[in-house]
Amino acid sequence: MLLREVEYARPSSVDDALRLLGEHDGARALAGGQTLVNVMKARAASPDILVDLNGLDELKGIELGPDGTLEIGAMTTYTEIVESAEARARPILGEVCAQIADVQVRNRGTIGGNVCSNDPTNHLPPLLVAFGAAMTIRGSGGERSVPAEEFFLGVYMTAAGPGELLTKLTIPAGKGDGFASLPIGRDGTCIVNVAASLDGGAPRVVVGCVDAVPVLVRPESAEDDAVRGAVRAAGLQPPDDVHAPAEYRRHLAEVLAVRAVRAAKERAS
Amino acid sequence: MTPETARTIAVDVNGVSYEREVEARKLLIHFLRDDLDLTGSHVGCDTGNCGACSVLVDGVLLKSCMLLAVQADGTSIRTVEGLGSDGELDALQQAFADHHALQCGYCTPGMLMSASWLLERNPRPSEEEIRRAIQGNICRCTGYVNIVRAVQAASGQEVSE
Repeated sequence: MLLREVEYARPSSVDDALRLLGEHDGARALAGGQTLVNVMKARAASPDILVDLNGLDELKGIELGPDGTLEIGAMTTYTEIVESAEARARPILGEVCAQIADVQVRNRGTIGGNVCSNDPTNHLPPLLVAFGAAMTIRGSGGERSVPAEEFFLGVYMTAAGPGELLTKLTIPAGKGDGFASLPIGRDGTCIVNVAASLDGGAPRVVVGCVDAVPVLVRPESAEDDAVRGAVRAAGLQPPDDVHAPAEYRRHLAEVLAVRAVRAAKERAS
Repeated sequence: MTPETARTIAVDVNGVSYEREVEARKLLIHFLRDDLDLTGSHVGCDTGNCGACSVLVDGVLLKSCMLLAVQADGTSIRTVEGLGSDGELDALQQAFADHHALQCGYCTPGMLMSASWLLERNPRPSEEEIRRAIQGNICRCTGYVNIVRAVQAASGQEVSE
């Protein structure tokens, strides 16, 4: 497919990238391109300028702090996370990244692209909310940190606004995590997915694919009934589509929440 | 660093150096096929799903319909034309032929690149590992059974019944 005519720049520093994104209304950051290039083919997005972040080594890499905190550059690929010894400090992260799409996509797609595209069916937004991760956003006015649960604002919309870049994701130490999903085929798009974390007190159960943003549910305990009841009480209004009616998605949300919490309990113990 | 609608790129493809001016909007697959006349890599779905356009860029398996040609500037690319030598099939290609791992052949270039990438990293993959490695490559003829057998044979392993 021939894309609409577009200008291309490959900045060599984050500051240069921010300047380009800030100076041009029609400029858009190009991360792994595994979503953006395809929506450009379909003309669902038609940026005037692509600011390619692939030359920015300062946005790549995984660091494990002495307290177990993981700092992951936004341009780190899924494959790099899957293969990283450091990332195993929070094992579920690599396990979930290994379920995304296929080898080729994982080799190019990035953690930052996954969360910034914020497609409601993506794997990582619910997981990062469950972790209580912090997202570092840089703009011309400086840098700020946004909790994951405030980062996702709507379908394809995040707190990283025009002229800004997500630069880093900070994931606290922990291991009591679970993830359960019903994908369309092995490693396919999720119909519903649920991430759960038992670190830091009451369970954090986060349901994906049922709303514009991941839905955080806080059951009083990690018992099956408490989890199921809390998800039911959230009053989810999931979409109705060719893959599943809304009622079935509501049912899946409860079932998968219980499975995710059970997996988290097993790992926590 | 000013945004440009076209730029000159230099790439090495299967050991041959090329320098060409390309439009920024041109996908790598079209650069390979239309500008370099390397038509082994196929355009199947053009939506990033089918994997018929898979190539290695600096040794990394990618779908060349989701990369701009300008992004490949300075890289070393391997396409299906780079497998085998002097007109001879390599072991993997020969195994595909021996085990009837292709029917219409449309997916084969991408399938070979994915399988060769797998075998470079994992010389004796299990059936499960083979199936996951070719998950990004869609074949509508074979049901994958003979493709899995061919990869097993190419890696010197017993072929699944």
